[in-house]
Amino acid sequence: MQREGSAFQGLGVVMLKELSDHLTSVRMRVLEWLVVLIALAALYGAIQQIKDTTAEDPFLFLRLFTTSRDPLPSFVSFLSFLVPLMAIGLGFDAINGEHNRRTLSRILAQPIYRDALLFGKFLAGLVTLSISLVTLWLLVVGLGLLLIGIPPGAEEIARSFVFLLVTIVYAGVWLALALLFSILFRSAATAALITLGIWLVVTFIWPVLAGAVAQIIVPPDPRYMALGLQTPGTAELEQILARFSPSTLFAEVVVALLDPTTRALGPIYLSQLQGAVLGAPLPLASSVLIAWPQIVAMIATAILLFVAGYVVFQRQEVRA
Amino acid sequence: MSEDAVIEANGLTKTYGQAVAVDHVSFSVGRGEIFGLLGPNGAGKTTTILMMLGLTDISGGDVRVLGFNPAREPLSVKRRVGYLPDTVGFYDNLTAADNLRYTARLIGFRLAEREKRIAEALDRVGLADVAEKRVGTFSRGMRQRLGLAEILMKGAQIAILDEPTSGLDPHATSELLGIIRGFKAEGVSVLLSSHLLERVQSVCDRVALFSAGKIALIGTVPELGRQVLGGGYVVDIEADGAGLAERLALIPGVSGVEKTGIGKLRLHADRDVRPEAAVEVVAMQGRLKFLGVQEPSLEAIYTRYFEALPDEAVTEGTRHAA
Repeated sequence: MQREGSAFQGLGVVMLKELSDHLTSVRMRVLEWLVVLIALAALYGAIQQIKDTTAEDPFLFLRLFTTSRDPLPSFVSFLSFLVPLMAIGLGFDAINGEHNRRTLSRILAQPIYRDALLFGKFLAGLVTLSISLVTLWLLVVGLGLLLIGIPPGAEEIARSFVFLLVTIVYAGVWLALALLFSILFRSAATAALITLGIWLVVTFIWPVLAGAVAQIIVPPDPRYMALGLQTPGTAELEQILARFSPSTLFAEVVVALLDPTTRALGPIYLSQLQGAVLGAPLPLASSVLIAWPQIVAMIATAILLFVAGYVVFQRQEVRA
Repeated sequence: MSEDAVIEANGLTKTYGQAVAVDHVSFSVGRGEIFGLLGPNGAGKTTTILMMLGLTDISGGDVRVLGFNPAREPLSVKRRVGYLPDTVGFYDNLTAADNLRYTARLIGFRLAEREKRIAEALDRVGLADVAEKRVGTFSRGMRQRLGLAEILMKGAQIAILDEPTSGLDPHATSELLGIIRGFKAEGVSVLLSSHLLERVQSVCDRVALFSAGKIALIGTVPELGRQVLGGGYVVDIEADGAGLAERLALIPGVSGVEKTGIGKLRLHADRDVRPEAAVEVVAMQGRLKFLGVQEPSLEAIYTRYFEALPDEAVTEGTRHAA
């Protein structure tokens, strides 16, 4: 049965309205200031650290993102847990908020499909996050220029730009998850708590748990243990399990992109390293290639979560 | 009737698993008519409305709104029909005008037309002076009026109003009913649902009484009165005079006289016997203080109808339907 008209009628209107809501909301302002202040602190730490070390580094500029100085973590680690928080903060009350304000049935009685409402809200969230992240990226690049005094090379700019794109994709994953729970749960507080709970489990507990589960399924070989090495089977399983968490995927992509000397993201055998010039940087295209499966997996996760939300929303009753 | 019908439902049915929310409902609403869906909460009124707007799937039967099938052509229906949901909500952080602007852009009005329509609509419902105030500060009555302004701005041919008067004070209710009468004057058909019978009676041309997902009765209020209350007239008299009751009982058509108080009598008759009754009182040199005929009220019809159905029959019926 073919529906009449376009599913995207009204999409732009919904998106612009949601975008203006996000950009003027107090919530967004608080989140942005939080991100900016924390980023500045991390950046300051990194710059101090870089100034202290005089070793020559062809990718000094990228060190800005990854260098940490106690007690602050690096800029990248800050981002990897602030971005999910921002995305959840923008998405957790997207649909249940309309229900609770009793605006949903009134809006859906206008000549648009539900598709436009849901997709418009997702896009508005993603654009908002992109605006914040691009601003942050420009801030970091600009401050780096001012404080280090060495202009970044084209390769470094390209790498950090791809990193920016990947961060937006990562934000999209969490936004889609928050949107899904805002559809599933009528109470915004419940949706927010559950999404945050999932984020905590997936980011902090799952990587530890993955190791434990891997050891149970594939017990470590005592011969490797005697040599103080990881059993290959166990290590491989652990990595497979850990990669179910988008946080792991993001961390791996970041390593590949911001550290050009990264050659592989999993365990490799010595035999595979034969002939390799250790420590030699890879070109950008090769780094992206290494991280490509992870990038695709993140995009796929975002799409799957969005589709799950879409299916549930289409079948949901609009009455309060 | 059917040529001029803007809404036509035929055997409309909605089931949730085993439960039947709306059970083979058929009715039609004519152009420029105010049609009331009345019944207790949970009788299936809102579900019926949502099916007409294509906002919920139709389990069985058929409904046409302005000739369109809401399940197949929801956009065409929603472009021409205005809907005021039960306890309508607006974005509290936006002004009244901005809320309408958002809707107007969703409908697809151009900028100049948008502003003109919004100003006119707000003026019509008496919210012009608070157009730039945030809706968060609005009272319930003002929100309902803003909801009607949205329908006016849309230029809808049909206005579907779900419980428009619930929770309003008497003043706000009469204002709202005034605006609803204005719709009719412009040739806009109105379908409204309510559980407040007395108020609705004053505006509806025809009503349908819902009970447990079915339409129990349908027609104009006097028609229903004749059907349910047996077509009798009830005349109340307040007068003094000895033996008045006996003399009044002799008037042709009067079937019974009962005493309802000191000097108060109630006549049951098959026609309006007020003139004869007045003649009798005056002939006895009695002092006539009050003489009135009871209009059939929806409340009475409703109570009588549902009293007449024993509870068991109602539940039995539902079980069969399920």
